[in-house]
Amino acid sequence: MEKRTVSVTAITQGSVTVDPASAVSAGAAPRRRRHRHDWRGWTFVGPFMIVFLLVFIAPLVYALVLSTFTDRMIGGVQFVGFANFLTLFQDPQFWASLGRVTLVLLVQVPIMLLLSMFLALAIDSGRLHGTNFFRISIFIPYLVPAVVSALMWGFMYGARYGLVGQLNRALGTGIDLFSPDWILGAIGNVITWEYVGYNMLIFYSALTTVPGSLYEAAVIDGANEWQVIRAIKLPQLRGALAIATIFSIIGTFQLFNEPSVMQKMAPSVINGSFTPNLYAFNLSFGSRQQGYAAALAIVMGLITVAIAYVVQLRGMRANDEGRGRRAR
Amino acid sequence: MIRRKVGKIAAGVTAGALALALGACSNGAAPESSATALDPDQNYNVTVWAWEPTIQQDSDVVTSFEKANPNIKVTVTNVGGSADEYTALSNAIQAGKGVPDVAQIEYYALPQYSVQDDLSDLSSLGASSLDGQYTTGTWSAVNQTNSSGQKGIFALPVDSGPVALFYNTATFEKAGIDAPPATWQDFYEDAKKIHALGDDYYITNDAGDAGFITSLLWQLDPTAFTVSGTDVTVDFSSDKVQEFLGIWQKLIDEKLIATSVSSWSDDWNRGLGDGTLASLVIGAWMPANLLSGAPGATGNFSVALAPTLDGSPANAENGGSSLAIPALGENKAAAYKFLEYVSAGDGATQRVQAGNFPSLQSTLKDASFLSSTGDYDAPDLLAYFGGQEYNSVLAQAAANVNPGWSYLPFQVAANTDFSTYVGPAYTGGTTLADGLDAWADAIVKYGNSQGYTVTKK
Repeated sequence: MEKRTVSVTAITQGSVTVDPASAVSAGAAPRRRRHRHDWRGWTFVGPFMIVFLLVFIAPLVYALVLSTFTDRMIGGVQFVGFANFLTLFQDPQFWASLGRVTLVLLVQVPIMLLLSMFLALAIDSGRLHGTNFFRISIFIPYLVPAVVSALMWGFMYGARYGLVGQLNRALGTGIDLFSPDWILGAIGNVITWEYVGYNMLIFYSALTTVPGSLYEAAVIDGANEWQVIRAIKLPQLRGALAIATIFSIIGTFQLFNEPSVMQKMAPSVINGSFTPNLYAFNLSFGSRQQGYAAALAIVMGLITVAIAYVVQLRGMRANDEGRGRRAR
Repeated sequence: MIRRKVGKIAAGVTAGALALALGACSNGAAPESSATALDPDQNYNVTVWAWEPTIQQDSDVVTSFEKANPNIKVTVTNVGGSADEYTALSNAIQAGKGVPDVAQIEYYALPQYSVQDDLSDLSSLGASSLDGQYTTGTWSAVNQTNSSGQKGIFALPVDSGPVALFYNTATFEKAGIDAPPATWQDFYEDAKKIHALGDDYYITNDAGDAGFITSLLWQLDPTAFTVSGTDVTVDFSSDKVQEFLGIWQKLIDEKLIATSVSSWSDDWNRGLGDGTLASLVIGAWMPANLLSGAPGATGNFSVALAPTLDGSPANAENGGSSLAIPALGENKAAAYKFLEYVSAGDGATQRVQAGNFPSLQSTLKDASFLSSTGDYDAPDLLAYFGGQEYNSVLAQAAANVNPGWSYLPFQVAANTDFSTYVGPAYTGGTTLADGLDAWADAIVKYGNSQGYTVTKK
């Protein structure tokens, strides 16, 4: 963690120096030896800064600029200031889409992470045969392109001829996973299937870094497997859990592939503004409101950063506490 | 010094982003091309954007056109189907360069381009003389208005899709129905009989499809949308529309149509193949799709005219596209030569032979086309329809299309909103009438925000 903090500070310092105003004042000031040292440094950092500005900063600036314009069919492009943002805050479709992904976040992400953690602990326990086989087969869904996964599950969900249809016939039920009541669960199931292996791998790799001497000491102290899990493995997983949670939050807020593919199968249930990303896509390509879509993208980006930051703060604090306790 | 340079670069990047955003502003007036007459001694190069399989670089149409016009070279690019091409076309028009001489545009997207003055009026290039050669539906679709409300011919038809009823005679007979429904009320009664065959049996599917509803509006009340320049009206309140919505609502409420089966899905093809989806009200381009998607129903399908409210002839188009000449295109005379060849000349015949449904009256009256024999031989399709001369029915359907229909000049955007407002009606969240009313409000709101004057009646 310390390493990461250092590099962040370096970037902050870098961008302060790039500020055009200070660049101008530096140029106007009489040359002194001290400044020579500065520009020698720049010959090393310069190439990176140019690429950094072009690749990271320019697109963000472009999106910001775009979000303050509107392109009307009659009348062309107009500068509208923050009007796009004001409209967005009063747009029920946007809030509904945000509500849907938040619901998925609150229900699906905990289930998925608990499942991943359970699987990682099971594989790490060393009591299973063929752990390599399980590890790979649980990870394989992550290697399947999301579009293919969504298509595959979509076929299985088919209420007439799919797997669900066959189950319905066998059990005499009439469940349609593409109905408004089930659709979020159906999509959540696909995401869980896709990412359980990925998260399991994060947890498992955290577990493998636990030194064997800790387990030996625990066994000598007479600890049973459950106590080992509680006192050694779970504290060790805290950092990985924070990382996995942040990835999951970002992924859920960016939900697009699965609803986009399944939209073709349930057009009246998955509408054009089902998730924020799908809404942004339809705004820019369906109704040609790129400025509005850019505003939506920026707001979603800020919301994601804010929530991920809160989780990181909490996760890291818990992690430090855990570390402190162990040190004692 | 380098520090200052970096500052400049940073400023440059920002300025570049601004320029990109503002570049769209420079969508100025189109320069009028002076080349309206074709010089036989000069060589022309016509660029075409199309995704239609019968108008590709290696198609018979392009080869034979180049043979007949040795001084015109045609370059066809497939820049993607439908919406993908429109994005590319709009970008090229905004940038003012890279605009093709000819672009394929679907009927529903034509008004969007004509009303923004993006297309050339073909009347002066010779299109006026084609009046009367095409079906009512396709001809009224290419007759649009520009931004000042002036009428013009902004494209030439390349195919058409008059709506017809495709029904499975085996399922209909099993349900004790001898004749296809002539009215929507009959359709409702037949739906009950077919659903009585079993829980899996439905007369048709409808999972909420804007294309289907707009084609029905065209049949019921062609003035549901009116467009004159930038003035647009939306009117779903006519008695006929409301009467139909009442019948369709009953079909949904009584679970007589499959609302969970969406068109083109796996379930859809299988249902059509095994006869549990007994009919479709869809465009005349459907036969080849039925043959490939639902081969199991070979010999069972028949074609009839689509039901209407009172059984009297009235019809609509569903889908179809045209070729237009962008206002910014060069070589307009050469481009028009190609358009005419593809749409009304020998190219039209070749494309029908390759599987398109014709938009020319002469083809629709051709005896060998009607019987799918001779030049228009199609033994597989004849067998699929149990020997029925299906093209005769489809030709009648084309003749019945109501004149006076117009799509919205922002139909693409309106259709995107359809599922949000009307979608819940198919799953019990609202009624069709309320859903359409909310959709109309959304159309008004969006249209006005785009600079049109939209009113709801």
